[in-house]
Amino acid sequence: MIVVLIETGAEGVTDTSLETLRFARDLAAEGGGVPVHALVVGARPDLDELGKHGISTLYTAGGEGFASYAAAAWAAALIEARDRAGAVVVTAAGTPRGNEVLAHVAARLDVPMAANAVAFDGLSPLVVTRQVAGGLALEEMQLTQRPAVFSVAGHAVEATPADSATEPTVEELAPTLTEADLVARVVSTEPGAPDESGDLKSARVVVGAGRGAGGPEGFGAVSELAELLGGQLGVSRVVTSLGWRPHHEQVGQTGSRIAPDLYVPCGISGAIQHWAGCASSKTILAINTDAEAPMMTKATYAVVGDMHEVVPAIVEEIRRRA
Amino acid sequence: MVDVLVCVKRVPDSSGQVLLTDDAQAVDARYVGSTLSEHENCAVELAAQLVEADGGTVSLVSIGAAETVEQLRSALAVGAGAATLVETDLRDFGPSDIAHEIAEVVRAHAEAGRTHDLVLLGNDAADTGDFQVPVRLAHALGRPVVTGIRTVSIQDGRAIAHGDAPDGGRETFDLPLPAVVAVSEGGVSPRYPTIKGRMGAKKVEIEMRQPSRAPVGSGRVRLTLPPPTPSSVQVLGEGPEAAPAVVDLFQSLGVLR
Ligand SMILES: Cc1cc2nc3c(=O)[nH]c(=O)nc-3n(C[C@H](O)[C@H](O)[C@H](O)COP(=O)(O)OP(=O)(O)OC[C@H]3O[C@@H](n4cnc5c(N)ncnc54)[C@H](O)[C@@H]3O)c2cc1C
Ligand SMILES: Nc1ncnc2c1ncn2[C@@H]1O[C@H](COP(=O)(O)O)[C@@H](O)[C@H]1O
Repeated sequence: MIVVLIETGAEGVTDTSLETLRFARDLAAEGGGVPVHALVVGARPDLDELGKHGISTLYTAGGEGFASYAAAAWAAALIEARDRAGAVVVTAAGTPRGNEVLAHVAARLDVPMAANAVAFDGLSPLVVTRQVAGGLALEEMQLTQRPAVFSVAGHAVEATPADSATEPTVEELAPTLTEADLVARVVSTEPGAPDESGDLKSARVVVGAGRGAGGPEGFGAVSELAELLGGQLGVSRVVTSLGWRPHHEQVGQTGSRIAPDLYVPCGISGAIQHWAGCASSKTILAINTDAEAPMMTKATYAVVGDMHEVVPAIVEEIRRRA
Repeated sequence: MVDVLVCVKRVPDSSGQVLLTDDAQAVDARYVGSTLSEHENCAVELAAQLVEADGGTVSLVSIGAAETVEQLRSALAVGAGAATLVETDLRDFGPSDIAHEIAEVVRAHAEAGRTHDLVLLGNDAADTGDFQVPVRLAHALGRPVVTGIRTVSIQDGRAIAHGDAPDGGRETFDLPLPAVVAVSEGGVSPRYPTIKGRMGAKKVEIEMRQPSRAPVGSGRVRLTLPPPTPSSVQVLGEGPEAAPAVVDLFQSLGVLR
């Protein structure tokens, strides 16, 4: 038996939780088709959708104790779900909450935990491969104790539905919460700035700009090119950290994930955290002064040169041909 | 007055590329040098700001090799007043071992009359990325804990901590002290040491300790590097002269309006 903590947002179960369900199903299949159960706290997701993703039992936890997020309380619910299901694996998405709740579960049960797994290999012993060093290296880790506790890194697997749908039964949990479970709970939430990244996420063409832009005034030509291609401007985190452009334009692990037909990163080195957000682009044309920059070697096409010379020349050439 | 303990870890400075040690048990720092992670630099900065606001002391603790003294001195130079090093080879240490040793230091200091009201850690270690030492430490000490925190203030003997909500908003926690808080980079900008700070840091006597028990380990089998993706890039040209080739490409991809 496997129990997955799933997270929900405005649009239902989050993509990273659906990916985790897929990972759990693959693991369950390896174990001879054991059921996959899920726990959701303080929300009631669409059962049909969960059925498509192969859930047997949906455990829910609600009520006063779960009215606002408290990691230790969520962990108490997850441990209760694990007890009811007799689960030997407890997992969640490798999000801030997923990792935090699992760390509480592991500390309470005094078992190891593996954060950010991307794959597993064998069941006895269960060995997971996980991301370390900011994703630059992988670690194989043995999880010999039960339950095996691990989180699943975002984009490790695809969130495909199960081969055959299930009809999940719902069981409500009422774990006993202590004062200690609730002392570190969210006492207030302020909404963030409205999400303006929709156009970027769905754009067919994205022209990117990084530190190579040189300053807040360095985005004229790239913006013009984006416009000529009917696309959007996307930037690196250096650009948003320095305040040159707003955060909703950021591409990457802590920005938007894009999947355009064409991505044209200019003056972007291609750090792993940026790559995480643009790897699904169909074609990448990189423009960079450094032919050895990771973005240049990973791209489909490249132009070696100063973006402040190359991009205006491209704009001019497009105009000339128009 | 607040007594803050900041837990810092000496890690390889692997911002771009990593190499592994010959036995594939750790990231190799030989060619890249060692450093503290940005999360932990922010934790040190937050501690310094808390003490500037309310008075008190900032102490550091690290579990690691003798050379960790270098990182402790650089953090002492930006605002900490005392440091403890539990000297050991970290290779056989798992996150529960590290949490256990930090808890031992906190208890030993409390017995000696120094209660660390607030223990700050990084959210996740830059090399092993375990995401659990802060929570395990809190469990060992029986204290409340929050992770992913960007800023903290002390009000009426409580820690008010702010972090990011999953939907991009801001969440606030209000914890009684003593508490454990794991810090994510980005809420404050770590300061640079002054010459005076550096001179002062040299004079601090670092408390040296030995691990209190044999480590249970982490379950690590080995580290691997992701396979290098062979480059199949097609270089269209150099400089502005490449523009016609680029526009040809745009036309063949059908992206020109
Ligand atoms: C937890 C975490 C999360 C992160 N999340 C993100 C994220 O979501 N998105 C993100 O982008 N980064 C993210 N980062 C940061 C990431 O590691 C890099 O620091 C960042 O992507 C680098 O931005 P850059 O490529 O613009 O700058 P640099 O790495 O400084 O690269 C600048 C590039 O521009 C080239 N260049 C300079 N001048 C010119 C010129 N005139 N013409 C052409 N080329 C030129 C240089 O050769 C170089 O390749 C994250 C980091 C961490 C630790
Ligand atoms: N060896 C260590 N010495 C001191 N603090 C540590 C050590 N290892 C981890 N920590 C602290 O725990 C945080 C989270 O680490 P981890 O749970 O291993 O990802 C780090 O950012 C440090 O603040």
